[in-house]
Amino acid sequence: MTDLSNKKPETGAFFPRDRNLHPPAFTPTYKTSVLRSPQKALLSLDGTKSEITGPVFGHSILGELDNDLIHNFAKPGESAIGERIIVHGRVLDERGRPVPGALVEFWQANAGGRYRHKKESYLAALDPNFGGCGRTITDENGYYAFRTIKPGPYPWPNGVNDWRPAHIHFSIFGHGFSQRLITQMYFEGDPMIWKCPIVLTIPDRKAIEQLVAVLDWSATIPMDARAYKFDIVLRGRRSTLFENRMEGN
Amino acid sequence: MVQDLGYLKESASQTAGPYVHIGLTPNFADIKGVYPVDLGTSMVNDKTRGERITLTGRVIDGSGTPLKDALIEIWQADADGLYNSPSETRGSADPHFTGWGRCPCDLVSGEYRFETIKPGRVPFRDGRLMAPHISFWIVARGINLGLNTRLYFGDEEAANAEDPILARIEHRVRVPTLIAQRDGSTYHFDIHLQGEKETVFFDL
Repeated sequence: MTDLSNKKPETGAFFPRDRNLHPPAFTPTYKTSVLRSPQKALLSLDGTKSEITGPVFGHSILGELDNDLIHNFAKPGESAIGERIIVHGRVLDERGRPVPGALVEFWQANAGGRYRHKKESYLAALDPNFGGCGRTITDENGYYAFRTIKPGPYPWPNGVNDWRPAHIHFSIFGHGFSQRLITQMYFEGDPMIWKCPIVLTIPDRKAIEQLVAVLDWSATIPMDARAYKFDIVLRGRRSTLFENRMEGN
Repeated sequence: MVQDLGYLKESASQTAGPYVHIGLTPNFADIKGVYPVDLGTSMVNDKTRGERITLTGRVIDGSGTPLKDALIEIWQADADGLYNSPSETRGSADPHFTGWGRCPCDLVSGEYRFETIKPGRVPFRDGRLMAPHISFWIVARGINLGLNTRLYFGDEEAANAEDPILARIEHRVRVPTLIAQRDGSTYHFDIHLQGEKETVFFDL
């Protein structure tokens, strides 16, 4: 944990979440949600200190290869098999401001759609040089980047013949605990996106498109790796112009 | 036409899925050698101020079955009621306490466990003190958007009675779903996702 020195602390409450663009809890075509969705209304709560504060992580937690999934699990001199890509972008808030110092964690299957997890039983092979996890921290402009191989689609026991599109899971910390977000990144042009019950839990088509990373030819490194650009937007926070003194104080 | 406010839209949430451990607790998932330790495993050290406590419980679905693939993060104030965050403006929190923990539920029993300290009281927006509490955030396969709730302490009856958040719960029979029961230095707190004992979740 560290502080972002020389920055004026942000102390405003967050914009209310627009729950029309997030998936509702109960989405029966994604079967597991049926018994895991609250049925009673949520209790609304404008942010207190408990919600507007949150942990901030320093670069000291990062190892040299934490944002290089091609090499961070590979044996010396070897690398993961698959389409080499760079994924990069910015973490912004709803006011369009960069979110510096945001911890971004990501995980994914290998090129054949196989996860390195004891509860995974898909018959596609593990890649001995691919673990599937990585992390980084955004710079002062909210930028992040990592290198990986493009994950493959994989089948899952939901409908009789459901397959996930190629995707990378993202977990993002902003500066407040109620900015906490987990989402998934999809790839431009993948026809599987519009067949997926998990993608389609999101009711708003534009909100789905916001999760589709675009091929970024300009950032592609010739003879090495193609690039995809993926920006992430976290909740904005109100300014505190009129919130710094309580009535009667 | 009028001016455009120019706000962006928050990225939509998606489920963490069943393999969330690969990304957030790789050592727990037997992916060794990438990170030295899993983040959020340890919240306290031997210099941390405050009363040592253990939190434990399970996340239970609408059929009464514990989830074995959920992951919980908690966020809390230190013993003096201060948060270890740049957004904390009332003073400096205990440097030996992170305030943040992350725990995957056990793959067999579904139990989670945090070794932490009992938090001090934190003011509500109008200056009244809230009762001691710990913020919970729960993700799992089948949960499309992380669920927010709070743990309050069963042995803080007087403070709980004047807590402005608990006071807002219209259906008083639901208040006990947020209250952890003390047993020695351990507090038990089960989270029910659905059904009669459904935990109160927040839209923060």
